[in-house]
Amino acid sequence: MEHIVIIGNGISGVTTARHIRKNSDHRITIISTETEHFFSRTALMYVYMGHMKFEHTQPYENWFWKKNRIDLKKAFVQQLNHEKKELVFSDNETMRYDKLVIATGSKPNKFGWPGQDLGGVMGMYHKQDLENLEKYAPNNKVCNRAVIVGGGLIGIELAEMLVSRNIPVTFLVREKSFWNGVLPEGESAMINDHIKEHHIDLRLNTNLKEIISDTQGNAKAVVIEETGEIIDCNVVGLTAGVAPNVDFLKDSGIELGRGVKVNRLLETNVKDVYAIGDCAEQHEPIGQRRPIEAVWYTGRMMGESLAQTLCGNPTEYKPGHWFNSAKFLDIEYQTYGWVFGRKGRPEYEKHFHWRHEKENICVTIAFHNETNEFLGINTFGIRMRHEFFDKVLTEKRNVNYVLAHLADANFDPEFYKLYESEIIEKFNSENNTNIQLKKKSWKRIFSTKA
Amino acid sequence: MKTIQNIGLGVFLIGLSIFTALLFVGNYEVTPDNFKNFTSIKGISSEIFISEMESKIVGKEFSGPFSISSEVISIVNNANKIHEEKQEWGKKIWDKPHSFSYQLLKASGKGLVIENKMLFWFLTFGLGIIGALLFIIPNVITLGPKGIKNNGIYLNSATNRGWIGWFVFVYLVGFYLLLYFLPDFIVNWTYVVDPISESISGNPASQWFLYGFLYCTVMVVMGIRMYIKYRHNKYQILRTTSVLFFQIVFAFLIPEILVRFEQPWYDFKNAFPLDYDFFYSWSLDQLIASGGLGLFILIWGIVLTLVIVPVMVYFFGKRWYCSWVCGCGGLAETLGDPYRQLSDKSVKAWKLERWLVHGVLVFALMMTAVTLYAYFSGAEGVLGIKTQTIQDIYGLLIGSIFAGVIGTGFYPIFGNRVWCRFGCPLAAYMGIVQRFKSRFRITTNGGQCISCGNCSTYCEQGIDVRAYAQKGENIVRASCVGCGICSAVCPRGVLKLENGPENGRINPTDVLLGNDVDLMTLVNNNKK
Repeated sequence: MEHIVIIGNGISGVTTARHIRKNSDHRITIISTETEHFFSRTALMYVYMGHMKFEHTQPYENWFWKKNRIDLKKAFVQQLNHEKKELVFSDNETMRYDKLVIATGSKPNKFGWPGQDLGGVMGMYHKQDLENLEKYAPNNKVCNRAVIVGGGLIGIELAEMLVSRNIPVTFLVREKSFWNGVLPEGESAMINDHIKEHHIDLRLNTNLKEIISDTQGNAKAVVIEETGEIIDCNVVGLTAGVAPNVDFLKDSGIELGRGVKVNRLLETNVKDVYAIGDCAEQHEPIGQRRPIEAVWYTGRMMGESLAQTLCGNPTEYKPGHWFNSAKFLDIEYQTYGWVFGRKGRPEYEKHFHWRHEKENICVTIAFHNETNEFLGINTFGIRMRHEFFDKVLTEKRNVNYVLAHLADANFDPEFYKLYESEIIEKFNSENNTNIQLKKKSWKRIFSTKA
Repeated sequence: MKTIQNIGLGVFLIGLSIFTALLFVGNYEVTPDNFKNFTSIKGISSEIFISEMESKIVGKEFSGPFSISSEVISIVNNANKIHEEKQEWGKKIWDKPHSFSYQLLKASGKGLVIENKMLFWFLTFGLGIIGALLFIIPNVITLGPKGIKNNGIYLNSATNRGWIGWFVFVYLVGFYLLLYFLPDFIVNWTYVVDPISESISGNPASQWFLYGFLYCTVMVVMGIRMYIKYRHNKYQILRTTSVLFFQIVFAFLIPEILVRFEQPWYDFKNAFPLDYDFFYSWSLDQLIASGGLGLFILIWGIVLTLVIVPVMVYFFGKRWYCSWVCGCGGLAETLGDPYRQLSDKSVKAWKLERWLVHGVLVFALMMTAVTLYAYFSGAEGVLGIKTQTIQDIYGLLIGSIFAGVIGTGFYPIFGNRVWCRFGCPLAAYMGIVQRFKSRFRITTNGGQCISCGNCSTYCEQGIDVRAYAQKGENIVRASCVGCGICSAVCPRGVLKLENGPENGRINPTDVLLGNDVDLMTLVNNNKK
């Protein structure tokens, strides 16, 4: 029986622990300084918005850990001494391990803006950020305006949170259109409009110059780089991405890039030390994925894979086809396969775009301009079936096949209006094709299951 | 908009206050004529009762229902006691005291309310409806663009077991206690709906007519709230329309119209064992005595439970009944919607649920078996237990206290499906079918779940939906009523209610779709 110590109680670490327990009797300890129990970070926003209480973000009841013999330790790891296989905590206590899993996640980026450490300046990542926000922005009397810096997923979520309490929000986005590094133009434009529809003061092509302090050391305004405009505010949200949370490993002998460097078995350069989740950085990117993937499900997958390795069944991390999802205020977004925005789009990738004439519903399908192979799909306001796209990507189907079987792919609730024929009609007229929509078939849908 | 809503709230509270104040006002006088009429209709032969009534009650005016009620009841009890001692069973008054007093009072009211029934209808129901709508309809604008708007639910004392929640709880429990156990105190409320009752069934309103009318009114007003809140979600809109239709037409209008044509009061959608007195001897006698329609109802009731219910559950899940047709479900999905998040999601609650709901089912079936045995054999009971006793216990504990007082009264504390989850024997029966033989499931969309917990939080049945979704497993649970809210609140499009082939409906997975194909097959197959 080995002692496996996991630093970090996020989705990666907890998934590893659960799967180790399913497959072995190893002693498991999870260390975290953030919270006693695992919670879903993605749900923190709903606590502030009043959709949930914090306890609802915890996927397992508190008895779960003891019952499954997973020890929880609330402590901060200051130092790793891999020669002695020992961790040193901030109170100088030590803990020995046989195998160590680093799953410390991310921390919000700060780019050295003047005033970035003032009171009322915060990221939106940790439980402590939520508590901080509750302190500085409980309502629109305490917080007359908030400025959010950085147009990504966390930024728009923070904007949604503040708007839910009627706090005016100014949203500074460096790019000329929201998230256009990832989203194709039409989709990005639709989100721009939707942000404004929620009365959020969206400023595109805008950078932060500095944050101005009041006499108590709290933020009282920001200065815009381009125009020098001063915007009064009480809260500044810094949401310009996240970076691996690996500072404590600097002199440990573990090889670091931006994150902890790992191979496909998620091993670091030091024996019996592994890294997974947001803090892990692949030596070579896998497929078209980034070397660091700060995504919920990749953390989970790495945990699923590593647990096998730690239980004597060496298993490489081999994520399948790319997929993801998000929600931009009221608009749900799903993506399967690769649909590139501005950044990194291969020249063979051709796009087909359909948008509903009134509603915030649209679809972009990427396919190969010569072979017609289906490459990926983005959907906004329509839900799609993961299994369907996983299968067509594996089978390397062409775009005609995917469109003809779009009814199988639809995952919207029953009775929703279906747009498949409209989508196909537009595709046919643009591409001179004659694709006919096939009726939904349970048989085909279920044949995806092995 | 906020001002309109505040005015609406004010108007509603005025209506509610007047409604509440009606409990305490009004005069009652039993005139000699009325009394004669009453004793002859009720066939009362107790001379002790008649003489005491004549000396203490008849011809005197009482203010408010309380003193006259307690006087009448003490006279009844007194007379009964003497008759019991003398073993004069024919003279004993067998009615429940407050129902007896209700019937007397209903014919004896005097004064403002009786003379102005329509006016008081407007001041209570009318103001309530207008106020509520003024409060609700501006949501079209104040909620912002369409979508899921659960902002502030846990920050509001009405929906987070705060003082408003507790106040509503006390009010609702009080209402149900009056309705079930002290109907003579709410005679005034029945007066204001007399004109409506008379126009439908031809009779003055009973407390059950009052309840039926109030039920429909509340469902329509809160249904409008549902239409606004879920205006982007067609499943919710159709479902709400369906429960409103079945409540108003099947549970309210058709039975009252049947009465007008001197047929038995019957709700065609109310299936046994939820309709627990369907096989009671008085019910069977009444149906058999009612000719062709009675016989049709008898056969319909049996076919509904034995054939239609399970077949429909096989094809669509129990949702076809619980959240599309049922009256209890209808109230839960309209009036109860603001409270759905308060259901207990713990494993402990799940265990309690399984014991309780199946216990009630067994109780209902045993009671019916005893009843039918007694009906056909002519015996008074089985193994020394009287049929009447079992029926009384069931009616009190399950029919009134569980389904009414706890089922609805506890909305603001334990959520809106307490009865449906822990008590309803029909739900238990359908749940067994749904779990083991049905095409219905909630499909989990591969690996998209981010464990946020919105689905579990807003599950009115207390199902920990996330526990399945985050494992990539479909949700197949006996208690799921298919309200569709988990799917609606999911921010990542993970859940879909659907009816499909039974094969693959339950899909235990350890490793989720999207990960290494070999690993998924290895781990998931080892488990099977």
